[in-house]
Amino acid sequence: MSVNLTTQGPSSRTTGPEPAFNASRLHHRRRPGEAAILIVLRGAALLSVMVTVGIIAALVLPAVEFFREISFGDFLTGTRWAPTFADQSFGVVPLVLGTLWTTVIGLCVAVPFGLGAAVFLSEYASPRLRKWLKPILELLAGVPSVVYGFFALQFVTPYFLRDFLGMEIQPYNVLAAGIVLGVMIIPTIASLSEDALSAVPNALRDGSLAIGANRMQTTLRVVFPAALSGIAAAVVLGISRAVGETMIVALAAGTQARMITDPTKGAQTMTGFIAQAATGENPVGSLEYNTLFAVGLLLFVITLVINMISIALVRRIREAY
Amino acid sequence: MKLTSIRRVAAPVAVAASLTLLAACGGQSNGAEGSVSGEVLADGSSTVAPLTTAAQELFREENSNVNVSVATSGTGGGFEKFCAGKTDISDASRPIKDEEAAVCEENGIEFTEIVVANDALTVVVNPENDWADCLTTEQLSTIWAPESEGEVMSWSDVDPSFPDTPLDLYGAGTDSGTFDYFTEAINGEEGASRSDYNATEDDNTTVQGVGGSEGAMGYFGLSYFEENSDTLKAVEVDSGSGCVAPSIETAQSGEYTPLSRPLFIYVAKQSYQDKPQVAAFVDYYVENINEIAELAQFVPLNDEQVGESEDELASLQG
Repeated sequence: MSVNLTTQGPSSRTTGPEPAFNASRLHHRRRPGEAAILIVLRGAALLSVMVTVGIIAALVLPAVEFFREISFGDFLTGTRWAPTFADQSFGVVPLVLGTLWTTVIGLCVAVPFGLGAAVFLSEYASPRLRKWLKPILELLAGVPSVVYGFFALQFVTPYFLRDFLGMEIQPYNVLAAGIVLGVMIIPTIASLSEDALSAVPNALRDGSLAIGANRMQTTLRVVFPAALSGIAAAVVLGISRAVGETMIVALAAGTQARMITDPTKGAQTMTGFIAQAATGENPVGSLEYNTLFAVGLLLFVITLVINMISIALVRRIREAY
Repeated sequence: MKLTSIRRVAAPVAVAASLTLLAACGGQSNGAEGSVSGEVLADGSSTVAPLTTAAQELFREENSNVNVSVATSGTGGGFEKFCAGKTDISDASRPIKDEEAAVCEENGIEFTEIVVANDALTVVVNPENDWADCLTTEQLSTIWAPESEGEVMSWSDVDPSFPDTPLDLYGAGTDSGTFDYFTEAINGEEGASRSDYNATEDDNTTVQGVGGSEGAMGYFGLSYFEENSDTLKAVEVDSGSGCVAPSIETAQSGEYTPLSRPLFIYVAKQSYQDKPQVAAFVDYYVENINEIAELAQFVPLNDEQVGESEDELASLQG
């Protein structure tokens, strides 16, 4: 399900001067080890396909069991989520809402900072500075998400939001989780957008400058639109990561599934529920156990749709040079 | 069949860690004693199971030929099998009921009840909470009852004299023995609870949440409170005869009700006398009773309780 992020056309394969002759000679002189190598390589290529199929099967089968007992409509439109309580209820809306809150807050942080960093690195920074800054930015992407989660819980909520900004805030809240989620996806958005911006040919910049536009105008009106497909792909990939991120929300957003209208309160997300319920002790095959897979399947479908939108978007607004 | 509570899952880990130490220290201990072999069958309460499991792990260090199986069918389910003669030991989080004892008698199963530990839960609030020093069991039920979901959202809903501070609740996950016990003791029915609270298997989440929010309340095992008494405040509980603070002493004496209770094992006399491995295991259990209780993170017995358990054991031997 990876997104094609290259902004340039496919590179043409180099062929020998007499391809037909070479190929047929290679074809006839097959060495004994070659068949084995071919099988290994084919297996490697097939593995990812098989894993994906396996995951879908593992998700769908228990989810089908789940939907045999709980109607599709109740699941998708219900506003009370209490699958393990005596008075059971399986409305997934609170979890989806929790995910929506953290994702939107995350994007509010990541998009401006990520794009700002990308524009600076690509258009304004000297090559020397860029050589240093970009790896540092990418290093941020290597921080384990559990560290971010702990940072949200132990630093952002008590010191930044409560003490520094003076907010009335619950210890577990979607605001801190969303902000830190945003910080986590800044490198993704910045790095990929920077690639897209840098790939815009210099001729366009030169032309723009030559007709009297200043640097800011050139960046915003010429380079940015030219790189839009790559930037859109970067943002959508950021959204996918935010929706699927688990550790930060499991640690910092709380474990109470509820319909919140106020981000200073805690709310469980889809991934947060899966993480919590998967470590519990629901007997395999029970309705509570299958609930995990129903939520997992919904998450899978949501990310799939996001990625499909991203691919369509890239195709549509792509400009080749 | 319910499995062991998460709260006490830490116990086997602690046991394993201490076993390494014990093995290192007690290498030369009587090797000849490990001569018994065979099966010991235990079943019953999921709350007591971690104790029996801890006893089993320690015991097997010296008696590796004995297999102790610890199942968790619940206290009632355990007695059903016990009185049908299918098990040697029944783990119980309450005394045997008259009708259960009658079944045992009918089937000719004689038994002895041994107290092995005290179970106690603590209700905690934020240290800045200066209104809820002592709550009655009715008030606790008002806060946690299933009917309160979406209704009792502020402290002033609990009692008009309390401030209008929003309630922020942290409690045990529905899988845990803590949840079963708390709902039964406070709401009168096992599993009956509101669902709009932070349900967590990780007591540390409760510590973080209650420590960081003025209107918060949570509950967990007493032993866990002792480690966090500087960031949390324990609520005294009034069950009709005055406010009692949770402590090891009040749990041992039974004053701290309904959130403390003794835990039992029931031993079949026939099994004890006919099967040397059962006798060896039960003897070991009672001899190391408080060590086991502490490993499984329960409140140990006081001297009087230990004396009673030893007397019960003696009656089996006689």
